[in-house]
Amino acid sequence: MATTQSQAIGKWALAPSLLVLSGWAFIPLVLTIYFAFLRYNLQDPDNTSWFGLSNFYYFITDPYFTKDLLHTLLLVFSTIVTTVVGGTLLALLLDQPFLGRGVVRLLMISPFFIMPTVSSLVWKNLLMHPVFGLFAGIQTYFGALRPIDWFGTFPLISVIIIVSWQWLPYAALILLTALQSLDEEQKDAAAMDGTPPLSYFRYIVLPHLARPITVVILIETIFLLNIFAEIKLPGVGGVAGNLTYLVFSQLNDANDVGAAAAGGLIAVVLANLVSIFLVRIVGKNLEA
Amino acid sequence: MGTIQLKKVRKAFGETVVIPGADLDIKHGEFIVFVGPSGCGKSTLLRMIAGLEDITAGEILIDGKDMTDTAPAKRGLSMVFQSYALYPHMSVRNNIAFGLKMAGETPEQIAPKIAKAAATLNLTEYLDRKPGQLSGGQRQRVAIGRAIVRNPSGFLFDEPLSNLDAALRVNMRIFIMQLHQDLGSTMVYVTHDQVEAMTMADRIVVLNRGVIEQVGTPMELYNKPQSIFVAGFIGSPKMNFVEGNTIGVRPEHIAISDKKGDWPGTVKITEHLGSDTFLHVDAGKRGQITVRATGESNYGPGDKIWMTPDAKRLHHFDAQGRVTKV
Amino acid sequence: MARKQSTRRTVAITILAWFIGLLMFFPILWTAVAAFKSESDAYTLPQNMLSTPWTLENFGIVQERSDYFRYVFNTVIIAVLSTLLGLLFAVPAAWSMAFAPRTTPSSTISGWGWLAIVFSCGLIAAGVLYANGWHPQNAVVGFLLLLLCIVPPTAWVWTRATTDTLLWMLSTKMMPPAGALIAIYLMFNRNGLIFKDWGWINLSEYNLIDSFWGMVPLAMLLNLPIIIWMLYTYFKEIPVEILEAARMDGASLWNEIVRVLTPMALPGIASTCLLNLILAWNEAFWSLNLTNKYAAPLSFFISEYSSPEGQFWAKLSAASLMAIVPILIVGWFSQKQLVRGLTFGAVK
Repeated sequence: MATTQSQAIGKWALAPSLLVLSGWAFIPLVLTIYFAFLRYNLQDPDNTSWFGLSNFYYFITDPYFTKDLLHTLLLVFSTIVTTVVGGTLLALLLDQPFLGRGVVRLLMISPFFIMPTVSSLVWKNLLMHPVFGLFAGIQTYFGALRPIDWFGTFPLISVIIIVSWQWLPYAALILLTALQSLDEEQKDAAAMDGTPPLSYFRYIVLPHLARPITVVILIETIFLLNIFAEIKLPGVGGVAGNLTYLVFSQLNDANDVGAAAAGGLIAVVLANLVSIFLVRIVGKNLEA
Repeated sequence: MGTIQLKKVRKAFGETVVIPGADLDIKHGEFIVFVGPSGCGKSTLLRMIAGLEDITAGEILIDGKDMTDTAPAKRGLSMVFQSYALYPHMSVRNNIAFGLKMAGETPEQIAPKIAKAAATLNLTEYLDRKPGQLSGGQRQRVAIGRAIVRNPSGFLFDEPLSNLDAALRVNMRIFIMQLHQDLGSTMVYVTHDQVEAMTMADRIVVLNRGVIEQVGTPMELYNKPQSIFVAGFIGSPKMNFVEGNTIGVRPEHIAISDKKGDWPGTVKITEHLGSDTFLHVDAGKRGQITVRATGESNYGPGDKIWMTPDAKRLHHFDAQGRVTKV
Repeated sequence: MARKQSTRRTVAITILAWFIGLLMFFPILWTAVAAFKSESDAYTLPQNMLSTPWTLENFGIVQERSDYFRYVFNTVIIAVLSTLLGLLFAVPAAWSMAFAPRTTPSSTISGWGWLAIVFSCGLIAAGVLYANGWHPQNAVVGFLLLLLCIVPPTAWVWTRATTDTLLWMLSTKMMPPAGALIAIYLMFNRNGLIFKDWGWINLSEYNLIDSFWGMVPLAMLLNLPIIIWMLYTYFKEIPVEILEAARMDGASLWNEIVRVLTPMALPGIASTCLLNLILAWNEAFWSLNLTNKYAAPLSFFISEYSSPEGQFWAKLSAASLMAIVPILIVGWFSQKQLVRGLTFGAVK
């Protein structure tokens, strides 16, 4: 418990961060709202005029919009499912005693430190290239005549694979840390009760992992909603783009500030729908 | 000097009132113990004296001066925390010296004070260790050392022994009492353990739900509890209450016989302590009664016995749990 | 007590764990191998790749062609400065939330009341801006109105209970950069919203695109919510009693933070710094959109290798390796601390 004096100091200690963060959050937002109602193209910047809801209309009726919205959700959802399920299994495996745990841990976490630009280019070229890539090489070795053209045939799945590769270590190691914090006496009690492994997992391990799993989902959602490099660098923005990419291309390719702003606002609304839901859950968990 | 006065001290967190209003006069050199069950506000009261907690209303006078809004360090009091609260990154020496450094004393002034405190507390050979390398009892002594070097007019102890094992606790209890005799300073000590309260205190303050139930010497509280709460809290084993909680009698004030007496009953469980035997007796409509028999008792479970309370040692209470004169 | 494990099971687990570990690491390993091959060898089928001669020439070519060291320098500048700047903001904020938490809001205006204020401010601002357009003489009015738009929500957040404030901070991280890109781009750009000839002052000489003055604060803001949260969870693990003991010992707030809190929280602060460093090092969206030369970090440097131009895999691999190795090593050394921090207090 704190005294009024430290409360007062605390309030002012918090102020600088709040000020810059709300500047960061609100100034672009207000400007974006303003631009979203303007006809404003960078190729003709002096000729701006009120555009009403037309930007929204054009953005939403853009055939890319529904597709990219779906891609955004699919990308976030499937990556989270893959990493959380895979991460739980990996954590259970790594929680067992075995030789060289420390080294395997280092190998495992490495993808998390790799910059997205690097992983997208390495995966696209060295691994997933339809002719010279390693995957194609393996397929050919086993007799396939026409190896899979990953980014050509399954662009979204390819992106999901790359992103999952980057985020699986995070989920696995967080959940491993959580597993290792599981009370030894609880394990012993379960052993004394003769709990079969599946029930042990269901009734003891899983509830213990609930909190870390929510944190993993929160953090991953934050970053996955805004995936950009993994789509732009392999050049699949047109076929597997997400909302972030669509906004980028409105600005970069069409130079249309108004439409980009409208798209940005839609992305903001989407992110807020997700975050209200998520933050509620996490908030509950934080207080517990 | 080391007097502490509380005047209508009140504490509330928003709507929740923790301490409705406490009045207390602590004289110089007194050893005062705040005792009560957990959540009774005893620690809050101590922390308000220390200045670590705001006071919602009322005032606190230390050495006659109003210190209600004074910063903790300016009140001339030292505190020993339940978790010891040693600075883990500093050596024992620096832990003890920190307060003196903060007060702007020079290394030349500080060194002899540390040497003296370390000698008193048997810490001389540990001065360069970190708290993490010490045992629980040693850490406790460092915490006390940190408190005494500042030469305060009063000491505040917040359940300082609750993290120690039973044997060490008895030693430290005696050590603190010795310290009190040597320094002659005022000490305010918070505990939930009534044995600590009885053995250490000059005066005990019994708290219940933020209200001071009774203030008095250990023997006053034992012999003349003002309320059923104090009667039940002080003394071990606990006082027996019969006749719808209107009459209380301590286990040691009941005589037993196998032939005649006031209350019949059947022994259910016996606890042999060597010096005493506790009999837990099922007394029918009077409920469970605990009797303390000196030395070894021959009664065992299932024996039918008669109990006779010492009439002069009966405590009478009204429906509100206050004591009534008979 | 460790339960009895049969040797056979341990062997099976060891093999499986190593297999998966190597599988996860494989893309990095493969890149590393290709980086030391000649271009034509990098394209040969896998079974030949290991047996062909090794070479260092790719690294020299990459440095010569793209000036690798300048990008490393830029990345280090952005990552380190944004981390330090971030600490300056995050330490007091985290201290405040961990040790002087507010359990109830200190303001009595209801949520809807605030919302109405915000909305009307925004409406007025939008109306005025619409009526006047963006002309130099009244743009100042526009910025004042903008300020008016952000002050009420800031005040609102400022008076909330601590957990709400924290969650709000996190939710700013949820804000998609796509939503802010246009505004930031126009604010940073020459002849945009700020850097133009205002009549009474000419700012058209300046801009923040492709500049450290823009990228460092941006990188700081991007990660600030995360590092505040992480620091907050570390601070919360420090027993309040120790800080109270310092207060009893007469330490001023400054001494309390500098001599007691900071040394105790050092491992936590260090891993928070590392996380910020890693995030800033790997940041791609803003780097790709706002830099192209002077302040471009390694993310941008790599993206130059995205368009195929003849045989380029060995060079791509060498460049990739050069871009990831420094941060990979930092990550390896700090991973234990880092992972614990990344649980954000979800694991006790």
